[in-house]
Amino acid sequence: MNLVKEHAAFDVETIRKDFPILKRKINGKPLVYFDNAATSQTPQQVIDVIVDYYSNYNANIHRGVHSLSQEATDAYEQSRQKIQKHFNAAHSHEIIFTSGTTHGINLVASGFSSLLKVGDEILVSALEHHSNIVPWQMLCERTGAELKVIPMNEAGELILSEFDALLNENTKLVFVNHISNALGTINPIEYIIEKAHAYGAAVLVDGAQSCPHLKPDVQKLNVDFYVCSAHKICGPTGIGMLYGKEKWLKALPPYQGGGEMIAEVTFEKTSYADLPHKFEAGTPNVCGGIAFGAALDYMNAIGFNAIAKYEQELLSYATGKLSEIEGMKIYGTAKEKTSVISFNVGNIHPYDIGTILDKMGIAVRTGHHCAQPIMDYYQIPGTIRASFMFYNTKEEIDVFIAALKKAIMMLS
Amino acid sequence: MTIEDVQKDIIDEFSMFDNWEDRYQYMIDLGKSLPLIDPKFKTEDHIIKGCQSKVWVHADMDDDKVKFTADSDAIITKGIIAILIRVFSNQHPKAIIEANTDFIDQIGLKEHLSPTRANGLVSMIKQLKMYAIAYQTQLN
Ligand SMILES: Cc1ncc(COP(=O)(O)O)c(C=O)c1O
Repeated sequence: MNLVKEHAAFDVETIRKDFPILKRKINGKPLVYFDNAATSQTPQQVIDVIVDYYSNYNANIHRGVHSLSQEATDAYEQSRQKIQKHFNAAHSHEIIFTSGTTHGINLVASGFSSLLKVGDEILVSALEHHSNIVPWQMLCERTGAELKVIPMNEAGELILSEFDALLNENTKLVFVNHISNALGTINPIEYIIEKAHAYGAAVLVDGAQSCPHLKPDVQKLNVDFYVCSAHKICGPTGIGMLYGKEKWLKALPPYQGGGEMIAEVTFEKTSYADLPHKFEAGTPNVCGGIAFGAALDYMNAIGFNAIAKYEQELLSYATGKLSEIEGMKIYGTAKEKTSVISFNVGNIHPYDIGTILDKMGIAVRTGHHCAQPIMDYYQIPGTIRASFMFYNTKEEIDVFIAALKKAIMMLS
Repeated sequence: MTIEDVQKDIIDEFSMFDNWEDRYQYMIDLGKSLPLIDPKFKTEDHIIKGCQSKVWVHADMDDDKVKFTADSDAIITKGIIAILIRVFSNQHPKAIIEANTDFIDQIGLKEHLSPTRANGLVSMIKQLKMYAIAYQTQLN
């Protein structure tokens, strides 16, 4: 079922009509949604796919002989193929449905427990989402491997010479996000992958923040694992994907036991199902999986080149306007960054500004953005983060700037 | 004044404002005028967990009445604390334990009462009541 029509040319007003939530009023003011890096909004085309699923072919998949089950299975597997095509994976069985980025990272970390030993090293970048550092700490506790951190500079860029120096024969795995959620830095993952491979280390890239803004080609990147969440790419929550090279997915043991992931079970021994089912125990989020495919259709119909170009315009427009404000300090000034701006104004607490902005209908994020190590680096309690998607406008940025100035006036 | 009397006063004061700007400006000003906590109490064990901003609370008992002092690094949070302290400070522990907090809704700050909101108003109230419970057991 393809409910997504082509968007002829990039026209933000037409695009905005696709998003019913953008018509909402918050505290009596039109919603200005600038918390896209946390969760993106859902277009009607994807909502329709969800409604269609529950209205017409909701059934358990892969095991039914009846028609509904077959329809649901077909749609789910077609969606896997869409995802494969989108990321240019060599095989559709290299795409594992997960509940999201966090699940994908834990799946890989857990799988590596059986492959690591004392003396092995894992490298993670200083720009990570801190909840994603925990699985690696747990892995190191289980295996005796050591966790090392690739440091960043004042601009929020990874220091590559330090990365080079950390790499050695004991490095088994490198974990880095493609784009930092707190600062928007685009990391040079091509370089990192190539260097890591020279030492035989595998690389897992966290694509949670990149997939909304660009279209990664996993074969061209030659990345070993790539993870993302649909809810940041105009899809629903609770669904995401793990791409893994076939050789790696075969080498890793299953993550969870249950239905779907087995070929044969006796009390003596169980043989595991082939990929991708080996990693998909239990009834999955069928509707979510199908809607994930529809969300990618939607984004592709608009086109990632057009999206990137427009979002860069928003970023430079907002950066320019913000910079004119007295006491403004923007964190994360990497040369390569996406439409995320983290900032503080003078000594005003980010929470105070966030609260006042909300009264004026503007949704931003305040706090440490799950990146405590980055906040520690800058020695601040947190920042205000405004993050834009292709459905945001310069007019909204103007409203945001005016509201911000008002908040500053009230709070000073 | 009883806790209820103080709450009534606060409701009266807030009823003068007919828009959120004035209400918030008033809270911000209250925050600025909050008598500060003695710096020696601004330690980890005086921090209330569950707040995006830092909140420190200290309590003393004098003449069977609990006295609270507090501080926060965020000004709106400080304003909220100032209101809470006005309500709860200088009261008998039993009165603090039994007090209800519906007045927060009535002064238009209901959104801050959500237990999931990261400002920790709910944890703050809980903490003030915990102090009162502790002092009440001393009195028994
Ligand atoms: C860089 C990064 N990694 C991982 C996550 C976690 O994603 P999820 O909560 O969908 O598992 C996020 C979400 O904020 C993120 O920004």
